[in-house]
Formats: sequence, structure tokens, C-alpha cells
Amino acid sequence: MLPEALDAYVAAAREVGNPSSLHASGRHARRVVEEARERVAAALGCRPSEVVFTGGGTESDNLAVKGIFWARKSTSLSRTGVVVSAVEHHAVLEAADWLGKHEGAQVTTLPVNAAGKVDPARLGAVLEAYGEEIGVVSVQWANNEVGTVQPIAELAALANRYGVPFHTDAVQAAGQVPVDFAASGVAALTVTGHKLGGPIGVGALLLGRDVAATPLLHGGGHERDVRSGTVDTPGVAAFAVAVEITIKTQQEYAARVAALRDDLVKRVLSVVPDALYNGDPVDRLPGNAHFSFPGCEGDALLMLLDANGVGSSTGSACSAGIAQPSHVLLAMGADDDRARSSLRFTLGHTSTAADVDALIDALPAAVERSRRATAWKTPR
Amino acid sequence: MSGGVDSAVAAARAHEAGHDVTGVHLALARNPQTFRTGARGCCTLEDSRDARRAADVIGIPFYVWDMADQFHDSVVDDFVAEYAAGRTPNPCLRCNEKIKFTAVLDRAVALGFDAVVTGHHARLGADGRLRRSVDNGKDQSYVLAVLTRAQLDRAVFPLGDSTKAQVREEAAVRGLAVADKPDSHDICFIADGDTKGFLAKRLGATPGDVVDARTGERVGTHEGAYAYTVGQRKGLDLRVPAADGRPRYVLSITPKTNTVTVGPREDLLVDEVTASKAIWHGAATPIECDVQLRAHGEVVPAVVTVEGGTLRARLLTPARGVAAGQAIVAYQRDAAGGDAVLGSATITAAARTSVAPEAARA
Ligand SMILES: Cc1ncc(COP(=O)(O)O)c(C=O)c1O
Repeated sequence: MLPEALDAYVAAAREVGNPSSLHASGRHARRVVEEARERVAAALGCRPSEVVFTGGGTESDNLAVKGIFWARKSTSLSRTGVVVSAVEHHAVLEAADWLGKHEGAQVTTLPVNAAGKVDPARLGAVLEAYGEEIGVVSVQWANNEVGTVQPIAELAALANRYGVPFHTDAVQAAGQVPVDFAASGVAALTVTGHKLGGPIGVGALLLGRDVAATPLLHGGGHERDVRSGTVDTPGVAAFAVAVEITIKTQQEYAARVAALRDDLVKRVLSVVPDALYNGDPVDRLPGNAHFSFPGCEGDALLMLLDANGVGSSTGSACSAGIAQPSHVLLAMGADDDRARSSLRFTLGHTSTAADVDALIDALPAAVERSRRATAWKTPR
Repeated sequence: MSGGVDSAVAAARAHEAGHDVTGVHLALARNPQTFRTGARGCCTLEDSRDARRAADVIGIPFYVWDMADQFHDSVVDDFVAEYAAGRTPNPCLRCNEKIKFTAVLDRAVALGFDAVVTGHHARLGADGRLRRSVDNGKDQSYVLAVLTRAQLDRAVFPLGDSTKAQVREEAAVRGLAVADKPDSHDICFIADGDTKGFLAKRLGATPGDVVDARTGERVGTHEGAYAYTVGQRKGLDLRVPAADGRPRYVLSITPKTNTVTVGPREDLLVDEVTASKAIWHGAATPIECDVQLRAHGEVVPAVVTVEGGTLRARLLTPARGVAAGQAIVAYQRDAAGGDAVLGSATITAAARTSVAPEAARA
């Protein structure tokens, strides 16, 4: 957490008070919450009334996909379409999948190209064919694995033309690339605290004033009647400070980190010449470098690099901890082996040139060992 | 790290001894969701979490290695095929041989590790010999005796000098929450413990005859010979009682004719055992030693001869219930250092060469 966010958290946590109460301490807590709302709104280009505080990215994604779907279906029973990209985070994919399995939704998955990008013409074609029947479209702003940034304004404009609410998961994008709710034309946008230097378990759904959503959590209707539960005053206070600082410093941060990342990419490709750089080379998160290392297993590489003090990430693991081939890589056309041979290096606020040096020092030996470990397995 | 108490303490001891230790949990079920059976067996979600938690407490890195395909090919399929062939396999032994000390060890060595540490109760002393644990009741040297010299050279068993009770106590002192997790006794890939049902699902019903060895008479039928084990008495469901009214036991299984042969208890006695695929650690033979003929079975004195891959044992005391497919493990008695494994092999046949006194009486 950013020190300023931590200070704001501790200061708010010291005060007693329930922002839903009417007495003095309640009024004070409410003031903290509403100021937080205004700061988030100002930083992300929306109205304060459009900020719905939630328990993080997963909840915001679920609220957007399910909530907007339900609300739209309640106005027209034939409106059962849900359109998502193939590379969404599981919070969106699983929500859409659940609607398909339990709520009669027709889920359409938009394919991506080899760089992980959605083709606006594909969305256009789907809207042209079924526009009337689509409840919600959800396409992420930027991908959490390969870092590809989508043409969100263009996609949202298409959806708007057909009157279909467009949600975007901007968890990875906010603070990394310019994100402005109003300018982007989206109907709903997800952000989460822990990607912005704020607390874990606090986030927001920016929900356009005229966009209806059916609640996931029923209760006192605390947040605009779409989200119930006493608002986490210290959490949102810290979240707002983090959002404000991160958005304010985004440009300078992105320039510095992208330069470091470009150096990392160049050097990785020089020490492992057959490594493949995944994702879009230009439209990409500044701190993201993602590779496939042919003949390696990502989780073996991860282990060997970790033993040398270099942190990296593979795709996701199932609940038993078994590495799974990334659905993102598979959607980009990679085969199972290539997907399993992939590894992501993420640079951030604290990254330095020395971190890149450490990676480049450790990588060749790790790749070689990992290749040996794969080789015995093949004949089985 | 299976998620049980033994491997957790083994990892902690290896770490404390100054080794650079990485915890590895083996995912062995193709679909872990279907094995959600609680704290039993070794491939449940809960076990994977318990293992990770223990690694965190010890302070070592932890990874899950997906060995489901290898496990299926080398252990589960082998288990089914062995029963289908009328033999009685030991899947834990096979798992040590093919998974822990082949698939895992080879991968580990390729990745730059020196050895595989496990929580088995067995000793591997400075002389490199595999010996029984000080805890005779928990000793697992029988299921490790299949390991070759090269495999043993890369194995570390830190628990051999402790009893299970001591291991549990130590786990509690170390703050490992698995300290009082129950022992797993069942076959880990048969979640409900119903081996017969598991085999029936895979091998289907193959009805055949149950025949009395002495009279040659058909005394009953069965739904699949694979459901029987040599020495078994219960569940035979025989319709024709024995002439003398005494209980009958499974003497042999003949897959070719799909026949289960039964007879009186004394006919189970054998005094000569032949076994294949011998792993022998170099002692000159013939040698007089002890042999163990099944897991947790008693030991009997024998004279063992090894020639090529074949091991022959002349039992000085006849033994009962010797099943093809089980291992015969030869031990050299050593009260002080723990009985040492001389070698092992897979039983292919057992016979009676002398008339035992019991049989003479009958
Ligand atoms: C793109 C994306 N969406 C959603 C989430 C989920 O957010 P949270 O962890 O706050 O629930 C993440 C998490 O990192 C993410 O990367």
C-alpha cells in the first residue's frame, strides 16, 4: 500500500462511526466516505454518484455482468445475450458462464488475434446480428497476463450505437494507461484497490447514472440501491487516496517503467534467442513483459527463478494448485505446450535496473535446466 | 509433501539440517474435484492445502507438480491390469518405484536438485543401506525395497530413527497443524475404499466358477476373479459346504479359465517362492536371511538364491497367503542398526515341496 493510503486507512480506522448512522460520529464517517467517492470520481472521470464501492474487482465484475444482464432481461425477456472477450479475467468469464448455465443466457465469446486483441468489426457484426437481444457486453481494458490493451473507446462506441451497455474491467489498466470513464463512453468500469497501491478487498464499479443493475447483495441498499452492506470507511478512504495519487503520477510512471520493460525485453531476447514475446508490442501495459520459452515448463522456470530471488508468474492454477495452460494464450492461438511454456515478468513502482540485471543473470541457466526437466518427460 | 504429518516433519528436519529444501506436492488425480474426501488418501484438495500450509510454517517454497498422467499410467492402470492377470499388486510400492523415485526424482535432478526427501519410515544410514525404521509397526522399508542403488543414493529418509508418536509430537512442537491428522491406510485413488467396486467398474462382470482344490468340484460362482486375493476367507459365498465343514480359503486364481480355487487353510502353506525382476544389493547367495512376503506381513527365515533377475526363496518355516504380484523382500537381521534390506523381487509363483505336519494330519 502507498504510505499515504496507509495513513488515510489508519486515520479513518481510529475514528468510530458507521457511515449509515445519523448521529455525529456517523455523520463524520459519511463525510469520509463521500469525500472518497468524490476523489475517485475526479480521478477517473465520472460523477460521484456513479461510484459504487465494492469488495474489489471480482465483485465489481460480477455486479456489472450479472446485474446489468438481470436488469435488462427484466425489461425484455428475450434479451438474453451476453458478449465477452475470450481473454477476460475469470471474474468476468465465470460470471458469464454461470449466467449461461443457470439463467438462460446466450453467451457469445469474441475471439482475439495473435496479439490478444479484439477486432471491433467482430463486435460490430455480433451487434448487427443480435443487438436487440444483448443484455451486456464486457471487454477488459487491459489483459492481466499478456498486457494487451484493447481499443475500448472504439468498442464502447459500437455498443452505444446499438444501445447495449458496455462494461470494461479496468483493473489492470487504471494507473498504468490513461483511463477516463466519461471520455471512454463505457457504461460500467471495474477498478480494484490492490492494483493501485490501495487496500485489498476494496474496489469500485463505476456505473453510469442511467445504467440499471440488479443487486447481487440485497440488504439496506447502502450504495445507490445496487450494493448493500455498511461501507468500509477506512478501506474506501485509503482506496481514494491511492487512486488519486496513482492516476496523477500515471504518465511519468508509465514512461519510466516502459523504458525499463523495453530493456528487459531486449535483453531476454538476446540471452534466450528463441524466446517468443507475447502480446501486443505497442498497445500494452507499461510494466508487462510476457514470453514463451520453447521447451520449458513455466512452473519449473518460475521455481528456478524464485530460488534466485526473481519473482515471475505463470497463468492460473486450479484450486489444487496445479498449473493450467492459460486460457489467454490458448485464445491467442498458442498450443498447449506454448501456453505452458509461458512466463510473465511484471515491473512496477519499486522496480529498478538492478532487478532486470538479476533476471538476465539467472535466466539462461534456468531455461537450460527447465528444458532438461521437460526432455525426460516427453518419451514417458 | 502429501499433506500428512510425516512428510511435513521430514521437510522440516531436512530444512533444519541446512539443506536447501523445496516442498513439492504431487497432484495425482486427473480431476482433483472428484477426490474431495477429506483427510484421507493423498490426492485431495484439502491435502494440497495442508501441504502448502506446512511448507509456509516451515518457511520453504512450495510447488504442486502435476503427475496425474504418469500416476495413471504407471500405478492405476498397472493396479487394474495386475488384478486382471490374477495377481495382487501393491500400488504404494509401485508409486515409490515409478513416481516418487523415477518421475519426481528425474525431474528434480534435471532441475538441479540433489535428492528427494520423503516422510517414509525407514532408515538410510551412513553405509547407504536401506533398513527398517526403529518403529517396527510403521516401518515402510518393504515398499521401498524396490529402489535401485542409484535411486537410494538420491533418497533421504529423515524419519527412520523416530517412532510415529515422536513424529507427531515433533509436528505439534513445530506448530504444524497436521500433527494429529489421521494416518491414511487406504489406497489413495480409491476414495471410498471399495476396491472390489473400483475394479468391477473397470473390468466389468466376468462370472466364473469357484472350485474346490481337493475334490475338483464346483462349489460356487463369482462375478470376477479379480475380486479375490490368495488367503482370503471372507466373502466367498460358497453354496456347497466342505466335507469336513471347515472354512475354505482362496488358494489360487487362474485368469485363463477364470477360476478361483479354494481349499482348507493348511493348503495355503508354501515353502518355495519364485520371484522376478530382482533388485539385489550384492550379498553373495545362497544366503540365509529373513523374508517378508507382503506389506505388514510377518517375516520367515529362508535361504535365498538370486540368479540373473530371478530370486528363489526356500522358506525354512512355511508361510500362508503368498500372492503373486506382491513383493518378496529379503532382510539381513541386525538388531542394533535395524534389519537391512538385501534385495527384493516380485513374486511370480509359490509352491509346496515338503509335506507340512498340519497337512499330514488332515
Ligand atoms: C483483470 C482483473 N480483473 C479482476 C481481478 C479481481 O480483482 P480482485 O482481486 O480485487 O477481486 C483481477 C485481479 O487481480 C484482475 O487482474
